[in-house]
Formats: sequence, structure tokens, C-alpha cells
Amino acid sequence: MFFCGLQPKIKGINISKVAITEQEKEVFRSVGNNEKGAIEAVYKENYSMIQHFIISNNGTEDDARDVFQEAMMVLYEKSRSPEFELTCQIRTYLYSVCRRLWLKKLQYARRIETQVENHDKVVAVEEDMEQHEKLTQQYLSMRSAMGKIGEPCKSLIEAFYVHRKNMHEIASFFGYTNADNAKNQKYKCLVRLKKLFFAQYKSN
Amino acid sequence: MEQLHIAELVEKYLKSELNPEEKAQFEELRKSNPEVDQSVVEYHFFLEEMERYGQVRRFKSNLYDTHHTLQENGDIKDVQLKTRAKIINLWSKYRRVVAVAASIAGITALFISGMVSIFSPNAPIRDLEELRRKVSNLEKQSTRQISEFNKIKTKIEPGADVKFGGTSFMVDPNGFLVTSAHVLKGAKKVYVQNIEGKDFLAEIVHKDLESDIALLKINDADFASSSSLPYGFSRKKTDLSEPVFTLGFPKDEIVYNEGYLSAQMGLEGDTMSCQITITANPGNSGGPVFNKNGEVIGILNARQASANGVVFATKSKNIFRVIESLKETEKDLNIRMKGTSVLKGANRSTQVKKVQDHIYMVKVVLG
Repeated sequence: MFFCGLQPKIKGINISKVAITEQEKEVFRSVGNNEKGAIEAVYKENYSMIQHFIISNNGTEDDARDVFQEAMMVLYEKSRSPEFELTCQIRTYLYSVCRRLWLKKLQYARRIETQVENHDKVVAVEEDMEQHEKLTQQYLSMRSAMGKIGEPCKSLIEAFYVHRKNMHEIASFFGYTNADNAKNQKYKCLVRLKKLFFAQYKSN
Repeated sequence: MEQLHIAELVEKYLKSELNPEEKAQFEELRKSNPEVDQSVVEYHFFLEEMERYGQVRRFKSNLYDTHHTLQENGDIKDVQLKTRAKIINLWSKYRRVVAVAASIAGITALFISGMVSIFSPNAPIRDLEELRRKVSNLEKQSTRQISEFNKIKTKIEPGADVKFGGTSFMVDPNGFLVTSAHVLKGAKKVYVQNIEGKDFLAEIVHKDLESDIALLKINDADFASSSSLPYGFSRKKTDLSEPVFTLGFPKDEIVYNEGYLSAQMGLEGDTMSCQITITANPGNSGGPVFNKNGEVIGILNARQASANGVVFATKSKNIFRVIESLKETEKDLNIRMKGTSVLKGANRSTQVKKVQDHIYMVKVVLG
């Protein structure tokens, strides 16, 4: 579910509905497919705005990069989820997410009293953020399990699931005599990783 | 039912790789055996998570690369601070006070040093002698160390199947080395040898197929880490025709070679590599490519068989990427890659002298 164009929560901000072009929708879809061109276009279009926002609200350049990349991650998740439809501009959506992320970070650090300057329009992203946090938690469980599994399992699983190498390439790279041996090893690693993953997942 | 088999079946089931017969069997098995069914549900969730983990990692690495490229091309820029920094403001405000305080301090210092020289004229001379004695002590120690070096024999057990893989170099003075991943093919154990001929046992921390980069860590009690590396790692794009040099172990002894950047892309438009015209031989693989400032711009990894002197190197930004993504999974991995090189402006032979201590030969014991 996504609420775009809902009434603003913060006073004095005016949300006007803008028609979403087909081109914008296409870019949005392509981000979900991890297409380099689309990511670059969105990056180019929006990064300076977010950077300006973060830096004028007590952030650094590194903060700007982290927040922007996390917002891109949310955009990616939304684009992949079948029930989501883009109803506002990518720019507005990214800005709203970044704003929410940065507010939360400031609250957490208690650097300032959640008073963030802004002159742009925002949309409600609360539900999306909850979903994002859940997915991030799952990702972190897997990441931590991967950190514990050790070699050669880690490289082997990464080669298959992250770098999408086929079993023949993996076999020759890791020095297995044939693809079947490599495949066996992969499943052995998966069984171990599954245990580590669930241990981590349940403790969270 | 064996866990391994379930994992395989579930994965095939999810990817719709089972034929109708196998699929029917699998569904029958789930119905008849609740334990298997439970296991399948778990694997289903786990494997979907695994797929998503891979997707997220690919997306993140794409984001990282995009940021890097846009920064390189100047499409996104670091912002200048609008107001002058606080410290400068303080300086302009209190400049006069500071000047007065400094001159008082200066006069006092002069006065005190004058007093000291009047009352204790002999002290500095004694200090100097002591210092000289210490130096000769050090000299004696170092000759002893050299003789110890000569006594040390190779640590590799006799009869082991050793392949002289290639070259590696330090990324972090605490014993982290990078080399080409293909150098370590089939390795059971890895030793690295410094220019003095001393062997150290090393472990493989990570191998990245995509960019052909491997990370090694020296795991040997005899290894003493140095405080910092003389060279840095370049994040910038190297210009065409820029002179480069490399050091490596195509034979038992370290060999120097120089050349220039001849193309921005590697073989068949490979954007992760660049093309260098230089003399390189087997054994040079994994060696560093330095620019004129003594910054690492890449790792030598291949040469074109059909052409003379055409060599390819993985760009140094890939080292950053590999280490960054490694830190994703291993939080306590403490690698810091320096950006600046202290070798800037030094002449070539000085640069080489400083750099060569951090270049190691890779010896691979085959399993």
C-alpha cells in the first residue's frame, strides 16, 4: 500500500498532484530490474537535491551518500513489489523517504529537536518504511550468517547467488574436478548457512 | 530424508526446473511426510531470502559503482560549505590577542634558553655522544639480523607440489595483500615471499571471480607489520598515455618494468579493466600498476596472446569495491586503504626502493 498525495502532515507544505509520465514509470520499473542506465539517471537527477537537504540539516557528505543510497534501496524494493504503483514523481518519493530517514537519524542521535528545514513537498511513507525495516532486518540476518560461515562456503555461495556464476565456472575457479562436485559442496554449504540464518533470524 | 537432497529439490522446485513426474513425486512426498513438509517450508523461505540477498548485493554494488562513476565524471560534486568554518571566525576575531600572546611566549622562550645555555653549557655535547653510541649499537644489531636472515630456510615442506603463482602487494600494512584471483587457482596452501627471500604463510581471505581479485592475509608469527605503506590507491581515472610502472616476480628476483596506459577498457570493452602497453610475463599476474605519483591504479592480470606488449589490468576502484563489499559481511575486517602516496614527486628509483619491500611473490601449494 502506498499513499501518495495524501494530505500533508507538516504545516505549510503544499502537495499538488502531478501526472506521472510513462517515461517516469519506465525508469521506476528499470530500477527494480537493477538496470544501470536507470539507476544512473535517477542518481544524476536527484542526488544534489538530497545532498543539499542533508548538508543544510547538520549532515555530512557521507551522511548524504548513505541516506540517498538507502532511499534508492527503498525505491528498488517498491519497484519489485507487485502491488505497488507509482503515483507520485520519483523525485518526490525519494525526497520523502530521505527526509524520513534523516529525521529518524537525527532523533536517534539527539542532535537536534527533529526540526528539519524543508521547502519541498512530501508524501506519506510510513508504511513503506516499516516494510523496508523488516526487509533490512532479514538482509542483515543473512549478511551476519554469511559472515559466520567461513571459507570456502562464503565465496562459493557468493559466486552463485551474488555474482550469478554457473556451476561450471565455479568448479573451474575453485578447483573442483567437475560441476557436480561443486554443486554438492554448494548444497552442503547451504544446509549450514540455513542453520546460521535461522539462528540469527529468530534472535532478532 | 537427507537435508542436502531437500535443499536441491526445493531449489529446483522454486525455479520450476523439475519435470512433471519429479514434481508429482515431490508433492506426494510433502503430503506423506510432515517432517519433510516442514523442512520444505523452511527451505522455501530461506532460499527466497538467499535470492533476495543476492539481488540486494548486486543492486548495492551497482549503486556504489554509479556513485563512483558520477563523481569521477563530475556529475555529482562535493558541496562547499556556505559559511566560513567556526575556527576561522575565531581566528579573525582573536588575531590580535593571539599575536600578543605569541610574542610574549617567544620572548620567554628565548630568555629561558639563554639561561639554560649559560648555566649548563656541556649538556648538549653529552647527549650527542650517547646518541652516536646508540647508532653503533643498532648497526651491530642489524648485522646480526642479516646473518639470521641468511640462516633461514624455506618453510615449505620438501616434496610439496609448489607452483610459483605470481605477485601480490600490500593493501594494508597489517599483512593484507591483494593479488589476482586466478593466481590462487587450486591452492591448498599459500606462501608469500618478500624480496629478501623469506617465506610467510598466508591465508586466503576472499576471492572475487568478477574482478579477478583475491585478498590474502599473512598469518605468520615471523611477520612484522610496518606502520604505513609508502604508496596510496588512486580513485581517479588514469588518462590515456599516462606513464605507469610495475614490479613483479616473473622470475626469482623482483623485476621492474615501465609502460603507459594505452586504452581505458580491457578486452572486448571490459570496463573493469584497462589496457597497458608494458612488458609482462607469467608471474607478473597480481602485481601492482603504479602511476607517476606512486599510486596504485590497477592489478596486472592478463596479456593478449595475439599481440605484443598488450597487457590488461583490473582497475584499482575494483579493489575498493571488493574490500567495501567484504566489510559488509565481515564487520571486524580492519583494512584501511590509503589514498595519498608519499612518493609523489620522488624520482623513479627512490619510488621503487620504497615500494619493493611491500611486493611479495606468491607461491601456491597445490592440493
